[in-house]
Amino acid sequence: MKNYWRTGEPCVWATGAALAITLLIAATLIVVVMINGLGVFWPSSLERLELKDGTVVLGEQIQREAAYQSEGFRRQYKVANRDLYGLDFKWVDEADIAFSSRPEDAIVLEREEYGNFFGFLKQLNLGSLDIPGTMSQYDALLAANAQIHEMKVSGKKLDEDISALSYQLESLRRKLLKAEYQGVSAKAPVVLELQRSQAVLQDDFHHLVERQGREVAQMRNFTAIFSDANGQERDIVLADIVDAYQPNRMGIAQKGLFYLVKVKELIIGEPRESNTEGGLFPAIFGTIMLIFIMSLFSFPLGVIAAVYLREYAKEGMIVRLVRIAVNNLAGIPSIVYGIFGLGFFVYGIGSTIDQLFFPETLPTPTFGTGGILWASLTLALLTVPVVIVSTEEALGAIPREIREGSLALGSTKFQTLMRILLPMASPGIMTGLILAMARAAGEVAPLMITGVVKLAPALPIDGNFPFLHLDRKFMHLGFHIFDIGFQSPNVEAAKPMVFVTTLLLVLIVLTMSSIAIYLRNRMKKRYTFGTF
Amino acid sequence: MNTAATMQIEDPIIEVDNLDFYYGKSKALHGINIGFPRRKVTAMIGPSGCGKSTLLRCFNRMNDLIDISEVQGKILLNGADVNAPSTDVIELRRRVGMVFQKSNPFPKSIYENVIYGLRIAGIKNKAVLDETVERSLKGAALWDEVKERLHTSALGLSGGQMQRLCIARAIAVNPEVILMDEPCSALDPKSTARVEELIGELCEDYTIIIVTHNMQQAARVSTHTAFLYEGNLVEFGMTKEIFMKPRKKQTEDYITGRFG
Repeated sequence: MKNYWRTGEPCVWATGAALAITLLIAATLIVVVMINGLGVFWPSSLERLELKDGTVVLGEQIQREAAYQSEGFRRQYKVANRDLYGLDFKWVDEADIAFSSRPEDAIVLEREEYGNFFGFLKQLNLGSLDIPGTMSQYDALLAANAQIHEMKVSGKKLDEDISALSYQLESLRRKLLKAEYQGVSAKAPVVLELQRSQAVLQDDFHHLVERQGREVAQMRNFTAIFSDANGQERDIVLADIVDAYQPNRMGIAQKGLFYLVKVKELIIGEPRESNTEGGLFPAIFGTIMLIFIMSLFSFPLGVIAAVYLREYAKEGMIVRLVRIAVNNLAGIPSIVYGIFGLGFFVYGIGSTIDQLFFPETLPTPTFGTGGILWASLTLALLTVPVVIVSTEEALGAIPREIREGSLALGSTKFQTLMRILLPMASPGIMTGLILAMARAAGEVAPLMITGVVKLAPALPIDGNFPFLHLDRKFMHLGFHIFDIGFQSPNVEAAKPMVFVTTLLLVLIVLTMSSIAIYLRNRMKKRYTFGTF
Repeated sequence: MNTAATMQIEDPIIEVDNLDFYYGKSKALHGINIGFPRRKVTAMIGPSGCGKSTLLRCFNRMNDLIDISEVQGKILLNGADVNAPSTDVIELRRRVGMVFQKSNPFPKSIYENVIYGLRIAGIKNKAVLDETVERSLKGAALWDEVKERLHTSALGLSGGQMQRLCIARAIAVNPEVILMDEPCSALDPKSTARVEELIGELCEDYTIIIVTHNMQQAARVSTHTAFLYEGNLVEFGMTKEIFMKPRKKQTEDYITGRFG
C-alpha cells in the first residue's frame, strides 16, 4: 500500500481524470452546439392534433418532457402564425390529445414578416400572372412564387442602382458642404456645376424610386388565401412569401436537398425579421474582415516589438519590467480595451481626422464614430501581447550556436535575424498569430463600443469608390449571437438562429486556425527536417 | 608575473601580447603571451574552465557578444590589432573562421549552408557560388557523400557530416585562420577520425587553432601545443616536446592524468 502512494499511482489517475474532464466539457459544448445548430434547417413534419376540447393544433414538435404535477408527458409544438396567435409555441398535454395525423397538404410558408405560417392553401388570386389552369393549386403557388422571385431579383438591381445613386448624391452633398465651408461663393462655377449634377442625379433618383414603388405595388397584387388548422383564413401577399413547402410530402432526398439550399441561403443571404431569420452573410463577412484587418496590424507590430525586446534591448531591469508588463497586458479584461479604443481611437484619433479632413460635415462624424477600422485596431491592441510573447519565446528557443555560427561567418546581426532567426522562429510566430486570431474572433465586448451594429446598411467593401470603407459600421457573428439571443423581441423563436450562428462562429474560428496550423506545420517541417 | 615556459615563434600569424580578459569582475585570462605559427595546427589543452575557449573566442571577437566582457592587452592578426576601433569585426570574422563544439548547420539546404558566407557578402554570381560549393565540400571531404543531394536539407545529415559541413562553410569564405572549439567532442570515434584526417589536410592552406579536451587528439593532429591552467598559459611548445618531456610540473601532471 505504501508503495502505491510512493510510485505516484494516484497522481497518474488524477492527471488522467483532469484531462478527461476537460475533454468531456469541451466535447459537450461542441456536441450541444452541433445538435442544436445542425438540426435547424431540417424540414420537420407537421402534425395535426385534435384536442379533447375540440381545438385543433397544427405544428412541429420541438420537445417532449414529463408533465408538471400530473401523469404522463407534455409536448411543445411550434405552431407559428405569430400574426394570428401572438405566440409561436404551444404546450400540449399528451392526455389531452384525442387524435393526431400528418395531413399531406399541410403547408409551411416562410414569410418576410411575422415568421412562418403553418396551414392550408385555400385559394389563389394570381391576376395577370401566366399560370396554366391545369396545374394543381400548390404547383400553381410554386410557379407564381418563382415568377415573383424573378421580379424580386430585377427589383434588387433597381435597389442597387438606387443605393449607388444615393451614395453619389451623398458625396455630392459633401462636396457642396465642403465648398460652402471653404467659403466658395454660391455663384462660383464649381458650385453651380455641382448643383446642376446634383439636380440631375436627384431627378434620376426620384425616377427610380417611383419606378420601384410601381413595381412593388404591382407585385403586391398577387395574393393567396390560407387557412390555419382551425379554419381561420388569412390573405397573404405572395411577395411576402420567401419559400413555401409541404414537409409531409417530402422524402428524405427532397428534405436533404432542401436542407442544403437553406444552408446556402444562410451563408450568402441577408438577415430578416430583426436578424432572427434569413442569412448571415454580412455578419460572416464582418467577422472575417475584422480578424483580417486586426492581423494586418497586430502581426507586424508584435513581431517587430518582440525582435527588439529579445535581440536588441539590453537585458536588465527595464527589459524585465517591460516583459512583465506585456505578459500582464494579455490578461486585461477586453472591455477595458474597448473603452480605451473608444476614447483613444474613436474620440481621439477619429475626431482629429474629422476635424482635419472632413470639417464640412461636422457635427456628423465620419471617422469620429465607431467603425471597422477602430474595432480592428482595438482588437490588434488586445492581441499584440500574445504575438509578442510567442515571438519572443520562439526567438529565445533558437540555440546560441546557430546565432554564433552565423555571426562567425561574418554576418551582421541584422543579416542573422533576417536570414536565420526569423525563418527559424516562424512556426512559433505562427502559433502566436493563431492564438491571437482565435482570441480576436471570440471577442464581443470591445466591439460593442467601437463599431459593431445589429444591422449594417452596407458592407465595408462595395462597388462604390474607394471600395474599401473602413469608417463603416459592421456586423459580427459574436455580437449577432448576443443580440438575437438576448435582445430580440421573440427570444424563443430566435433560439435556432442562436445555435446556428454559434456553430458558424465556431466553424469559422476552426477553419482559420486549421489553415494557420497547416501553414505552421509546413514551416516546421521546412526548418527542422525533410527536403526543400 | 608570467613564468610560462613558452617557445618563440618566428613570423606568427596571431600574436597575443599580455592579454587579460574579464567576465565582469572575474578575471578569466591572466597576461597571456603567445604566438601562433602560420599554416600549422596548434592545439590548446587544459582542464575545463582554464580559459582556452575564451582565448580562442578572442581571436574573432566572439566574446563581443557577451555584454560584460572586457579585453586588455593586444591581439595582432598579421600585425594588425584585432581589438582596435578601426578594425571591421565583420571583415575580421571573414578572415578568422570558426567551427563550434556542437555542429550548427542552418536549417537550409546543404548548398545554401556552404555559400552562406558568400550570400551575406552579396555575391550572386551562380558560377562563383557553384564553384565555391564544390571546392569547399571537396576541401571538407564531404563532396562525394552529398553531391547528389546538394539541395536537400542540411539537417538530414549525420553528426559527422554536419560537422564537416560546418568546416566547409568556414573554408568557403577563404579564411586565413580556422578556430576549432572542441570540434569532435560530440562525434563518434569514426567521425572523429575523419575530421582529424581532414584537419591534417587543411593545414596545408590554413592556420588551425584547435581547442580540445582529448590529449590523444592533440598529440595526433597538432604540431604545436599550448597548455593553459586557471587562466594562465603554463607551457607552449612543439607537441612532441610537451608530451614527451614537459618542462613544467603542472603540464606533466595534467598529461599523465594526475588531475583534470
